[in-house]
Amino acid sequence: MSFITRWLPGPGRFILYAVLFTVAIYYLLPLYVMVTTSLKSMDEIREGNLLALPSAPGFAAWAKAWGEACTGVACDGLKGYFWNSVKMVVPSVILSTMLGAVNGYILSKWRFRGSEVIFAMMMFGVFLPLQVILLPMAQTLGWLGLAKSTTGLVFVHCVMGIASTTLFFRNYYVGIPDELIKAATLDGAGFWRIFFRIILPLSTPIIMVTTIWQFTQIWNDFLFGVVFSAGDSQPITVGLNNLANTSSSVKEYNVDMAAAIIAGLPTLFVYVVAGKYFVRGLTAGAVKG
Amino acid sequence: MSQPAAANYGSFDKWLPKLVLAPSFVLTLVFVYGFIIWNGYLSFTPSRILPNYEWAGLIQYERLFENERWWVAVKNLGIFGSLFMGVSMALGLLLAIFLDQKIRMEGALRTIYLYPMALSFIVTGTAWKWILNPGLGLEHLMHQWGFENFTFDWLVNTDMSIYTVVIAGVWQSSGFVMALFLAGLRGIDDSIIKAAQVDGASLPRIYWRIIVPCLRPVFFSTLMILAHLAIKSFDLVMALTSGGPGFSSDVPATFMYSMAFTRGQIGMGAASAMMMLATLAALVVPYLYSELRNSKHG
Repeated sequence: MSFITRWLPGPGRFILYAVLFTVAIYYLLPLYVMVTTSLKSMDEIREGNLLALPSAPGFAAWAKAWGEACTGVACDGLKGYFWNSVKMVVPSVILSTMLGAVNGYILSKWRFRGSEVIFAMMMFGVFLPLQVILLPMAQTLGWLGLAKSTTGLVFVHCVMGIASTTLFFRNYYVGIPDELIKAATLDGAGFWRIFFRIILPLSTPIIMVTTIWQFTQIWNDFLFGVVFSAGDSQPITVGLNNLANTSSSVKEYNVDMAAAIIAGLPTLFVYVVAGKYFVRGLTAGAVKG
Repeated sequence: MSQPAAANYGSFDKWLPKLVLAPSFVLTLVFVYGFIIWNGYLSFTPSRILPNYEWAGLIQYERLFENERWWVAVKNLGIFGSLFMGVSMALGLLLAIFLDQKIRMEGALRTIYLYPMALSFIVTGTAWKWILNPGLGLEHLMHQWGFENFTFDWLVNTDMSIYTVVIAGVWQSSGFVMALFLAGLRGIDDSIIKAAQVDGASLPRIYWRIIVPCLRPVFFSTLMILAHLAIKSFDLVMALTSGGPGFSSDVPATFMYSMAFTRGQIGMGAASAMMMLATLAALVVPYLYSELRNSKHG
């Protein structure tokens, strides 16, 4: 929709653009600095300035960040952490999305006495300060034999993801007319048949939104990663943080920046490719579905 | 399996949804509510390095409230929370209103404003740490540009370190606030604005008196989300300052982590987590209550 009535005249318009572009620079600055710094050598960083373009751009820092930079005691770069994150993200996203779809279907189309209460109880999980479950969860993972393992992280992300995925699907399915379900019931279709034949084929947009939302949430998670994993099961965020905080005599900012970009690339890629769904996920995640 | 009779089929369909929902319900019950109770109990025990389930009354809360570091964390959350929410809201609203003025390249600008939200706080914290470090970052740049006396050492300055967290936090979240407000603005009925214009109201006046008040529900949800982000904020602080120098930029989330997992003070960690939960519940429960009520009537 376009608003013909909303406009500012002459000089106001100039200020408008000036503000918008200035702010755009503020947003772009860190990205620019990250990319240029990662392509510089340490000598150039020491002598040159923060905003200068690299004189002889090279990927040495990237190679080092990926393969041989030190994170604490080990010096194998980020590659191991990166694959840990992949191994953690894929099953958690698939499982939590599937659970959310079924839950949302029930809570919107098969309501029963008390289902609203269950929904409200689940919704509180979206807002829960995760600190309150850390200690019991650490203990429970220990009992289950899942402490310090990727499986443990998958489990935690699934359990804690149910609240938001259910919310997404429920709010989306509320918009599918109930008549469709009633008609199918009259034709003799049951619970699962309706789900697979009617609901699921209509769900592509919300599956996209939920998948992207869960992917960015879980890929970017640091708290669970740092508390529930150790050594060779740590995700990339923990690896990056270790790398950036490893105190060595010479701080290699170019390697730090390359590492930060490597850790951010998957979600940035998703944002560029599926930005529309990402934004929808953000705004839908804002409770107002 | 034999063919179910029509009547049985009906009742089967009646309990099947409950059965399918049950695992998620049980998981929520155990891992959210059960764990809250468990953590609550831990906060009344003398647990240190290992959990100890002896009842100890309020000692952990007493220790917490006598702990200087905890009060630094609370004060920091106050500073960070209010500035983070205030600046993000103001900047987000301003950008949304400006972007709503039939701007060329709106799509490109929106993309730029919003991308930080896709990145992890750990990633952006690492980047900001480099930009804000006094040795080679911004301060160095200003010196090279001839401003020899320019100092910007907030990151390593005990009094100012929490403000660097605000800078990075606002950078991360204000684009998201912009998106929420823009969606709200686009949803406002155009005829109200036209009518006001016919009455001769100026544009700033129309915004201040008519449009912004229409956005009240958006304000409310946004405030909730930002408050929630602020209280949970852990990654950003860890990546940017690790709570330092000393513990000058600690927030309750980092306090809880270090007590529970690095300093062997499980009981006090549990107590601080309960305080975080109480704060968030005080904000969120009334909000969720009104949301759910409205959606039932709506």
